[in-house]
Amino acid sequence: MHERTIAELAHGLRAGEYTSVELVEALLRRIEDLDGRLNSFITVTAEQALAQARAADQRLRRGGGGPLTGVPIAHKDIFCTDGVRTSCASRMLAGFVAPYDATVVERLKAAGAVMLGKTNMDEFAMGSSNETSWYGPVRNPWDTGRVPGGSSGGSAAAVAARLVPGATGTDTGGSIRQPAALTGITGLKPTYGRVSRWGMIAFASSLDQGGPMARTAEDVALLLGAMAGFDPRDSTSVDRPVPDYAQALVRPIRGLRVGLPREYFGEGLDPAVRAAVEDAVRVLESQGAEVREIGLPNTPLAVPAYYVVAPAEASSNLARYDGVRYGYRCEDPKDLEDLYMRTRGEGFGAEVKRRILIGTYTLSAGYYDAYYLKAQKVRRLIRDDFARAFEQVDVIAGPTSPTTAFRLGERLDDPVTMYLSDVYTIAVNLAGLPAISIPVGFAAGLPVGMQLIGNYFEEGLLLNVAHQYQLATDWHRAVPPGFE
Amino acid sequence: MTLGPEEVRRIAWLARVAIREEDVPEYARHLSRILEFVEQMAAADTEGVEPMAHPLDLPQRLRPDEVTETDQRERFQAIAPQVERGLYLVPKVIE
Amino acid sequence: MEWEAVIGLEIHAQLATRSKIFSGASTAYGAEPNTQACAIDLGLPGVLPVLNEAAVRMAVKFGLAIGAEVARRSVFARKNYFYPDLPKGYQISQYELPIVRAGRVTIQLDDGAEKEIGVTRAHLEEDAGKSLHEDFHGMTGIDLNRAGTPLLEIVSEPDLRSPREAVAYARKIHTLVRYLEICDGNMQEGSFRIDANVSVRPRGESAFGTRTEIKNLNSFRFLERALAYEIERQIEVLESGGSVVQETRLYDPDRNETRPMRTKEEANDYRYFPDPDLLPLVLDEAWIEQVRAELPELPDARRARFMAEHGLPAYDATVITAAREVADYYEAVVAAVGGEAKLCANWVMGELAGALNRDGIEITASPVGPEALAGLLRRILDGTVSGRAAKEVFEAMWAGEGDADAVIEARGLRQISDAGAIERLIDEVLAAHPEQLAQYRAGKEKLFGFFVGQVMKASKGKANPRQVNELLRRRLDAEG
Repeated sequence: MHERTIAELAHGLRAGEYTSVELVEALLRRIEDLDGRLNSFITVTAEQALAQARAADQRLRRGGGGPLTGVPIAHKDIFCTDGVRTSCASRMLAGFVAPYDATVVERLKAAGAVMLGKTNMDEFAMGSSNETSWYGPVRNPWDTGRVPGGSSGGSAAAVAARLVPGATGTDTGGSIRQPAALTGITGLKPTYGRVSRWGMIAFASSLDQGGPMARTAEDVALLLGAMAGFDPRDSTSVDRPVPDYAQALVRPIRGLRVGLPREYFGEGLDPAVRAAVEDAVRVLESQGAEVREIGLPNTPLAVPAYYVVAPAEASSNLARYDGVRYGYRCEDPKDLEDLYMRTRGEGFGAEVKRRILIGTYTLSAGYYDAYYLKAQKVRRLIRDDFARAFEQVDVIAGPTSPTTAFRLGERLDDPVTMYLSDVYTIAVNLAGLPAISIPVGFAAGLPVGMQLIGNYFEEGLLLNVAHQYQLATDWHRAVPPGFE
Repeated sequence: MTLGPEEVRRIAWLARVAIREEDVPEYARHLSRILEFVEQMAAADTEGVEPMAHPLDLPQRLRPDEVTETDQRERFQAIAPQVERGLYLVPKVIE
Repeated sequence: MEWEAVIGLEIHAQLATRSKIFSGASTAYGAEPNTQACAIDLGLPGVLPVLNEAAVRMAVKFGLAIGAEVARRSVFARKNYFYPDLPKGYQISQYELPIVRAGRVTIQLDDGAEKEIGVTRAHLEEDAGKSLHEDFHGMTGIDLNRAGTPLLEIVSEPDLRSPREAVAYARKIHTLVRYLEICDGNMQEGSFRIDANVSVRPRGESAFGTRTEIKNLNSFRFLERALAYEIERQIEVLESGGSVVQETRLYDPDRNETRPMRTKEEANDYRYFPDPDLLPLVLDEAWIEQVRAELPELPDARRARFMAEHGLPAYDATVITAAREVADYYEAVVAAVGGEAKLCANWVMGELAGALNRDGIEITASPVGPEALAGLLRRILDGTVSGRAAKEVFEAMWAGEGDADAVIEARGLRQISDAGAIERLIDEVLAAHPEQLAQYRAGKEKLFGFFVGQVMKASKGKANPRQVNELLRRRLDAEG
């Protein structure tokens, strides 16, 4: 059963081939047996999952339910879940039980999905390797000596290892797409404002966006259909109807204009990754797409601008963790300053602290203009690059990540080397565009992902292209050895 | 921009994050490296470019003035480190 | 050397919305601690702010009322600092682009002259919670009910030159926000709080001296006293060769002095930046015009009207328009009486204000309503009661003894206006005082007053004094 996609499982559940309880039990056993090798879950909610599965089975027996009724999923541990620990993989929230559900959680619950648990991640979503988690690193099922990418590394590893058919993630600079690429699954970062941020613990508010991760574009479309939509509780949620993503998948892509940014194929790109992506582009061409080279000249500025904007917002977003109302509090604070300093010094890990310090510095008096304001201007240049590109093409294609999965510990010494893992994904967040990563082959036994970037609210088109590609290829069906 | 230990301590205080004294040099090195990296932006010509604070080019939505929340103090304070008589307790604040 | 004070005020007016500026929690005052602090107010992880329409409307009303520029686009920013009553570690406020810019108000000075005071800006922001310093085993308790209550921070230009001017300006803003019904103005409950920036300089100097900020002045009297003290203090410092330290000070009303706050003020670096959880607030013309149409008659216009149409003196018009409810009451009395504005004003400012003040009652809850007061004033005007007796009638009405006519009847306070009756009293008085009559006749005209007094006494004060005068004069002159 674990080999089946969400679309297949939903079909099987409705057809009565198996019950949701059987499915959930099977996957819980798999998690029990295999997750020791991956560490992809922080919390497994077996009891609640079984209760939800029983309710789903009842609905299914009555002929009710939606496209996800009884389908097991997992949530990145950044989404608040009523009554279930939400840790954000931080010591700071190690004992935090949210008194409410995130909108994403609520919507997927309403669509009938059954939550198996909460997945591991980089602490407060700050990382590209899932090594900054208070709960320890997640390992890549394709090679457990390597990272799964981050920050949604737990969701990616769990989906790739067939522990769960789909999971939620969040993407601030590539945190859905990069781990999807490194683990050989499909992950979509929606347009900023498409998915509500209510109850999703903030890292960088103007960049954060929740999105689905699954094995196929079709599954991603099903999950996105449930997750997306207007939420009055989020001022940045866009009031715009949600199209039927699943229906849009089947359109042929003949005549689709695909742009290849020359800046995404230059220095720093692993030649094997490049080869796999070029092969994938040829598949699209064979399906009738018209491919042309384009320019996104401000690409080199994206990572620097991001590492000003994101830490600045984070330094402020994370100021609420002060040991007063919830979360970690240091032992025996001697005065108020000691309470703040030690609670935050002990509650946050090194990478989170680094980013808080960078953000505090760049916003501080005398530096704001040179860093923050400059980054905001660069941000517009980057958006303008994309706007010009979308006058010429329908989608932009390129590698998701410059390399395949790297070894644990390999990039911990130099934060900038780690940051450059997201060199192709970050600009999309600065602009607020949607993008998807799909598996397009292997390099030395490790998965390679291709990123497709669309114009605002063109998730349907991205899913359509990804699905058409997956109809012609089998990369998304590849199973990591040992997780068959 | 290279940050020295003094500046690291100052920023750490401003951010209320305790840094162990023996870790200060490594923070100084990492932060300096990051700053040096982001300063590549300085080369960009941004003359006359409007800063972009947000990816959405939309105005703020307004909420009707209605009381929609009920008292959930008990739930909220069940996760608090220290409360008494409905108040959150902190070390003495001196004014 | 002659010194001049330079004062600017920052007034925090709590806006009278039902719910908070960014959440649906109630803003009602006086609830049990933390029962009106929802997930958003507490800054729980994952929560987000959504702006309250009424708060925006109220800010715009204020901007329009002071002839300010109402920003078509304003931006919310985060002011970052750590304090236990600030749950998110930042306050959502407006910084570079406030909603109201460059307005002005006119104040009346003690000598009757007027002065225009610039309002630099007014911006929307959220209030913080409260720290309770009473003893919790050496700890401080935090109540976040107030956190997220909408505030309008009104910042004046440094145009004020004396504590009296500062008070006149603060009172003017207080009057205005209550007229507009955007703030209840309750200073005890902290709905209207004043911070003052003050410096001194030699008169004639154009550069400003170093200023200090006095925080949280919660009455006009404290504002005046704190400024007077602080100006004196600064002058003494300068005259003894010292220099003023830029700092925040607190006013201690018990000792009538200001003293520096014990905080690390110098280290503040608020790191303002646009709040990424909120989008720019954009107001369109039509909406602003709709708010303009809802504006009530403002105190300045009303004052001018009372002077021009009712013929009130400037002083009376100022006092009566200082509070909307008082002006409403006064207008209702004038309407019911059908004119006689000065008499109405005298009674509203005199007996009525005195009784309200004495008993600590709001004018809207006055036991003697405008109709009832008008009933009494009509009895003065038609001669039924004397002005003196009317005061007794008023007190009886205040005590709930009924309307004017009932009290006059019950207490027998009707004035004697029957000429025959008065003439009989005159006869009795003249007959009883032949000596004085003879002296009067001999030219001691001062004794006229003596006879008036005796007639009034004989009437037990009920005779209409005007009639007594007339009839007595006629009688004595006729006989002369």
